Amino acid sequence: MVEASSVEIRNVNKFYGPFQALKDVSLSIPPGKVSCLIGPSGSGKSTLLRCINFLEEYDSGEIAIDGQLIGYVSAGGRRMSSRRLREMRRSIGMVFQQFNLWPHMTALQNVCEGLIRVRGLTKSEAEARATDALKKVGLSDKMANHPSRLSGGQQQRVAIARAIAMEPRLMLFDEPTSALDPELVGEVLSVMKTLAAEGMTMVVVTHEMGFAAHVADQVAFMEKGELVGVDAPSRILNHPEDPRIQAFLRTYHERNSF
Amino acid sequence: MFSIPVFLSSFEPLFWAARFTLLISVLGIALGLVVGALICAAALSRSRWLRWFAALWVSFLRGVPLLVQLLLAYYLLPVIGINVPAMVAAVVTVGICSSAYVSEIWRGAIIALPKGQTEAATAIGMHPRDIWIRIILPQAFRISLPALINELILLVKASSLVSVVGILEVTRASQAQAATTFRPLEVYIAAACIYLIINLCFAALGRYLEYRTTV
Ligand SMILES: Nc1ncnc2c1ncn2[C@@H]1O[C@H](COP(=O)(O)OP(=O)(O)OP(=O)(O)O)[C@@H](O)[C@H]1O
Ligand SMILES: [Mg+2]
Repeated sequence: MVEASSVEIRNVNKFYGPFQALKDVSLSIPPGKVSCLIGPSGSGKSTLLRCINFLEEYDSGEIAIDGQLIGYVSAGGRRMSSRRLREMRRSIGMVFQQFNLWPHMTALQNVCEGLIRVRGLTKSEAEARATDALKKVGLSDKMANHPSRLSGGQQQRVAIARAIAMEPRLMLFDEPTSALDPELVGEVLSVMKTLAAEGMTMVVVTHEMGFAAHVADQVAFMEKGELVGVDAPSRILNHPEDPRIQAFLRTYHERNSF
Repeated sequence: MFSIPVFLSSFEPLFWAARFTLLISVLGIALGLVVGALICAAALSRSRWLRWFAALWVSFLRGVPLLVQLLLAYYLLPVIGINVPAMVAAVVTVGICSSAYVSEIWRGAIIALPKGQTEAATAIGMHPRDIWIRIILPQAFRISLPALINELILLVKASSLVSVVGILEVTRASQAQAATTFRPLEVYIAAACIYLIINLCFAALGRYLEYRTTV
C-alpha cells in the first residue's frame, strides 16, 4: 500500500460571481482516514470537494496536500503551472456522481488510458495493472464491455478502478451512489469499504448516513457554504449540538422512514 | 412517348460527367473538413479575435448563396490576378462554403459533450492535448457523423450549381444532351438516377461508418 495523503483546508472562500459558495471553510483531513461531507443540497459540498483537486478554483485561503499548496504557487499568489498541477492531480483519484466513464472505450481501456497517457506505462504494463484494478472491484469478467453494456453499479466500480489504478494517495468521492438504483448501492459501498480498510485517505460527499455512521472516521456538516461542524460520526449523527444539524437529520430521518 | 433505348443511351455521357460531380463534392467536403476544423478551433479558442474571425467566416459563407459565391469567384479571381482552372476555383469555392457548415457541425458536437468527460480526464492529470485527441475528438466525430454525411449529400446536389462556371457535371451534361437529342424526359430521368445512386452510396457509407463507431 502506498502512503496516504493528508489534506489541510484553511479559510477557503469561493465565489461564483457575487454568490459566495464557500465561506471561510477550514477542515483537516487526516491521512488514511475516511472523512464524510454531509449537508443539504446546494450547501457547497461538491464545490469544496472539487477545490481539493482544483477542478474548481478557490479564491482565497489555502488547500494543502501533504503540505503542498494546490493551485497556487503561494497563498494568495500566482496560479501554479498547469504542469505542476497535473503532477499533483496524478496522486488524487476522483469518483463522480455520474461516473463519467468514456463511452467510446471498453472498461479495460477506460482504466488503461490514464496509465498510458499520464503514467507513461506501455500498453501491456497498463493492461496488467488495469486488470488487477478491475479484479479488485469484482469486474474481471466485464473488462471488454463498453460502459453502455454495464449496469450503473458496474460503471461506478469501473470508475473506481480507473482512479485506484493510478495508485492515488487520496480519493475524492462526490455522491458516488446517488445516481444508482437502490439495489446497486451496496456493491459500490462495499468496494469503498475495502479501500477504507486498506488505509486510503478518502473524502466522501454522501447522503448515505449509514456509510457515514459505520465507515467514516469524521463527519463534517456543511450548510450555505459554511462548515458548521466536524466530529466523530457517533457524536455528530446521534447527538448533534448545532440546531442546523439537528434540523437536517430530522428531515433526513422523516424522508427515510415510512 | 418515353423511349427505353434513348433513356439507356443517355447514361453513358452522364457517367462521364458524374466524375466531375463526384470530384467536386468529395474534394469539396475534404477541403471543408480541413478548413472547417480550423474554423471550429478558432470559434472555440480563447482569443476574442479568432472567435470574431470565425463568426464572420461562418455568417458570410452561410449567408450568401453558393451560386453567388461561385459567380463571385469566377469573375473576381481573374480581376485580382489569380488565374486558376475553373475546376480548381469550383472545388475551392464549394469546399470553403462547406467549411462554414462543417465548423458549426463540429462545434455543436464538441459543446454537446458532457462536461464530466473532460473533468474525469483532467482529474487524473491528463494533458489537454491528450484530452482533445483521446476523449473529445473521437466522441465529437461520432456524434457529428450523420450531419457530415448529410452535408456531403447536400454537396453532391449543390455541385450542379458549378455548371454556371462552365464545368460539364451531370446537370450541365444532361442539359446539353437534351438540347441536341430533343429528348429531355429520358435524359433528366437518367440524371436523376445518377444523383440518386451517388447519394444512396454515400448514405450507405455513412451507415457503415456509424455502425463501425457505435458501441
Ligand atoms: N458553476 C456554478 N456557477 C454558479 N453557481 C454555482 C456553480 N456551481 C455551483 N454553484 C452554486 O454553488 C452552491 C453550492 O453548490 P454545490 O454543487 O457545491 O452544492 P452541493 O452541496 O454539492 O449540493 P448537492 O447536494 O445538490 O450536490 C449552489 O448554490 C450552486 O447553485
Ligand atoms: Mg453536489
